[in-house]
Amino acid sequence: MAILSKDEAQALLKKVLSYSTADECAVSLNGRTTGNIRYARNSVSTAGSQNSVSLAVESRFGKRSGVATCNEFDDATLKRCVQRAEEIAKLAPESPEYVPLLGPQTYVSPPSAATTLLTAATRAQAAADSMALCAAKNLTAAGFLDGGTRFQALRNSKGLEAYQQSTNTDFSVTVRTADGRGSGYAIADVTDPAKLNAKALTQRAADKALGSVNAKAIEPGKYTVILEPAALMDGGDLSLLGGLMYGLDARSADEGRSFMTKKGGGNRKGEKLFDERVNIYSDPMNAEVPGSAFDGDGLPTKRLSWIEKGVVKQLYYSRFWAEKNKVAATAFPSGFIMTGGTQSTAELIKGTAKGILVTRLWYIREVDPQTLLYTGLTRDGTFYIENGAIKFPIKNLRFNESPIIMLNNIEAIGRPQRLAGCLVPPLKIRDFTFTSLSDAI
Amino acid sequence: MKRRDFVGLTGLAAGALFLPSLPGFGHTPVDPARLLEPGADVIVKKRLADAALNAAKAAGADYADVRIGRSLNQYVFTREKQVQNIVSTESYGVGIRVLVAGCWGFASTSVVTEANLAATAREAVSIAKANRLVMKEPVQLAPQTGYGEVSWKTPIQQSAFEVPIKQKVDLLLTANAAALDAGANYINSALFQVNEQKYFASTDGSYIDQDIHRLWPTFSATAVDTKSGKFRSRESLSAPVGLGFEYLTPSAAEQVRGPQGTDTIGYKLRYDMLADAALAGKQAKAKLTMKSVTPGKYDLVLDPGHLGLTIHESVGHPTELDRVLGYEANFAGTSFATLEWKAKNLPYGSKAVNIVADKLQPGSVGNVGYDDEGVKTREWDLIKEGKLVNYQKIRDQAHIVGQKESDGCAYAQSWEDVQFQRMPNVSLRPGTAKMSPDEMVKGVDKGIYIAGAGSFSIDQQRFNFQFGGQLFFAIEKGKITEPLEDVAYQSNTQEFWGACQGSCDQSDYRLFGTFFDGKGQPSQVSSVSHGSATTRFNGVNVINTARKV
Repeated sequence: MAILSKDEAQALLKKVLSYSTADECAVSLNGRTTGNIRYARNSVSTAGSQNSVSLAVESRFGKRSGVATCNEFDDATLKRCVQRAEEIAKLAPESPEYVPLLGPQTYVSPPSAATTLLTAATRAQAAADSMALCAAKNLTAAGFLDGGTRFQALRNSKGLEAYQQSTNTDFSVTVRTADGRGSGYAIADVTDPAKLNAKALTQRAADKALGSVNAKAIEPGKYTVILEPAALMDGGDLSLLGGLMYGLDARSADEGRSFMTKKGGGNRKGEKLFDERVNIYSDPMNAEVPGSAFDGDGLPTKRLSWIEKGVVKQLYYSRFWAEKNKVAATAFPSGFIMTGGTQSTAELIKGTAKGILVTRLWYIREVDPQTLLYTGLTRDGTFYIENGAIKFPIKNLRFNESPIIMLNNIEAIGRPQRLAGCLVPPLKIRDFTFTSLSDAI
Repeated sequence: MKRRDFVGLTGLAAGALFLPSLPGFGHTPVDPARLLEPGADVIVKKRLADAALNAAKAAGADYADVRIGRSLNQYVFTREKQVQNIVSTESYGVGIRVLVAGCWGFASTSVVTEANLAATAREAVSIAKANRLVMKEPVQLAPQTGYGEVSWKTPIQQSAFEVPIKQKVDLLLTANAAALDAGANYINSALFQVNEQKYFASTDGSYIDQDIHRLWPTFSATAVDTKSGKFRSRESLSAPVGLGFEYLTPSAAEQVRGPQGTDTIGYKLRYDMLADAALAGKQAKAKLTMKSVTPGKYDLVLDPGHLGLTIHESVGHPTELDRVLGYEANFAGTSFATLEWKAKNLPYGSKAVNIVADKLQPGSVGNVGYDDEGVKTREWDLIKEGKLVNYQKIRDQAHIVGQKESDGCAYAQSWEDVQFQRMPNVSLRPGTAKMSPDEMVKGVDKGIYIAGAGSFSIDQQRFNFQFGGQLFFAIEKGKITEPLEDVAYQSNTQEFWGACQGSCDQSDYRLFGTFFDGKGQPSQVSSVSHGSATTRFNGVNVINTARKV
């Protein structure tokens, strides 16, 4: 039941809509079949699987709206679910931000999902290989492998129909030396699990763990840094690039409470805020990071240029805010693509006289939304670079920096890599601000 | 934006974009009236649990526990003059955990029948048997005597679910109006309501029925200066509580005035949302023109509504035994307070630092009668006169530190998640000598008084941290002189607690807390409170966070 085909999903949604007595009704199905394994101290700690489908019904009477959901699909349950949404709608206050449901839309077809997925056995094998590699070197591995197939289907009383299936597998591993004096990290996400090499990623984390033993303290201050993609984007938490891109919201800017707010009123769309080498767009059709064809409202996604030659070209407009401002609404993308050059991280290191290589940043939190100042720390592999080579590991550092300043201080942009459903290049940045040392390993 | 380690108001202030992903509320939305219907009778629950326990034993389990969970949530979100979202959710199902020859197995189901629970128990046993292939150290479970049939309920006066939605909406919209009238341009407010109905049964002979209630009213008020493009926010000084709707009935006896000259009010077990919102509107506007701090070393006087978050990050997390042992190395991190470090008997802080863990404090969100593996909750010391004396541990961890009992701090965010060690309330004991915040300020020559929690960040072993706040006031020669902005302090856990000079007395003691403390992969959230009285720390490094972009 967990993954329905397009025909199965739409037939079910059509039946649900037939029970509606509301002015407008939108229904959606979300389902997943996923599995995970977690290990630590070179031993499996938990393993599990999830199979679920849920139906959501939104009923509207005029400007009043109600939502109900269920996860059983017999006719009686489906009818009850529709009735409940209608009852809640009748009790709800009128929404001053009401916009009518969308009619039929045309969608792109992002590159197809993988057909062969990991099983409990292949997940266990990947974890076992990762742990064996570490145990043989007297290292300790802690990792998490999670993935599977998901689908989403939408339909509404105005004739909108949408369906998409996707696959995704995430893997991350932290390797520590037995004495706890070195730590390394590697992470990857893929559409097709055949492209995931947990062993190679574990090897990379192991190399960083061994290389980070005997870290030296350096004075905090402004340094040239090479930020690997994992230091720029994080699928599960705030990140320097993610925080910037997810903050490009027109409404908060227009309301005067965003870094995109313009002095005197309005927003800074169209202004050059970054180095002219900064280009960031979204594209559901990208072969390496296929995206969602539609957002939760059923609005079609398409290629959108967000930052072009350092100029902010696009802000996120909800359907309500778009209508109020008489502009096109934005389907929020499932990921971003930052363009870059051809240099690998290793080549960026070769071209660096003095600097710091940062594997990963951690516990990033906003300090000042006005300037998008963030704080956080380096983690799991921080190295000093001199004359084009890594000289020695250094102790972790706390930074206080804004991605707006960071993207004005670009020295070089490397070759983009997939991370958290985005394409992110390693960046070489000058004058990156570190404010204190940490003893954490 | 999937994980929120410790969500403050940032999630709300971000607007509606990410609201559906707020953790802990991902259950099935239902009609609000459903939330008042009683759950299954204990006789029925006992029969269901026995079906699972018997099947597990028959299939070869040495130990089994069953958690029948019904989780009810309702949240109301508003902004300015309108309601953004009202969602009522329900989740019902059963999680079964078994121990077979030293290996854990877990399975869960939403189909709650005797036959299916027996089948799910057998599935858990088969998973445990499969996991034996990769087992390195067999699980050792601390012994636990069964309690028989017992029950526990959060001592509430009025269930928030019984209050009509209109009354809750009116309260939030009135608070919004108070903030807007007082100078705010925008306000987002919310009311989170949680009811966990939990039935736990184990092969030890416990049948525990619990009815747990929690509530959290909160807001963020923002003032903007269109001309300069500047904006500032002031968040609510409420706390999430283990109380009913009575928390929202103001009481003068439950309020504590901040030091003279600060115009701040702290709240104990009753909250005045309208007064706090009005003050927030005024203060958000005032923040637009406050003096920016001069960086340097200051003596800090920290209000409990601020200090709770620092306690959470620098004492709560490093004393979790699973982090200490390395189980969270790939996600939340490890801890500086290793078993080897503890054996050295080094100071964690000054002699004034006495930190206690508990799941008993009335009004705290950690307060329950029994934990999620059937252990009666208790109180125990973590830090005594500056020395680390114990960790937070559950049944399969006690033997690792040579102890015979669990601390009763196992928790699962729902029936479908497996229980593991979670942070109990971790609180700083108040001072034993009589002292008010005013008297504490009198002794400070050059300092800053901080109220309310702000930005927060700490490294993965819990050494280096940086905290902001909501309201900052300069202290000069024993007096509050003026409000400040752009303040954050950076320190190191041992250095910071080593600089602790002492706390005000019990009459100033208050709770801070959250619903959204995250740990584990896949991540689970849990609720935790942190109590303290106003406390002084000498010579802390303060930075200025203003930038030009």
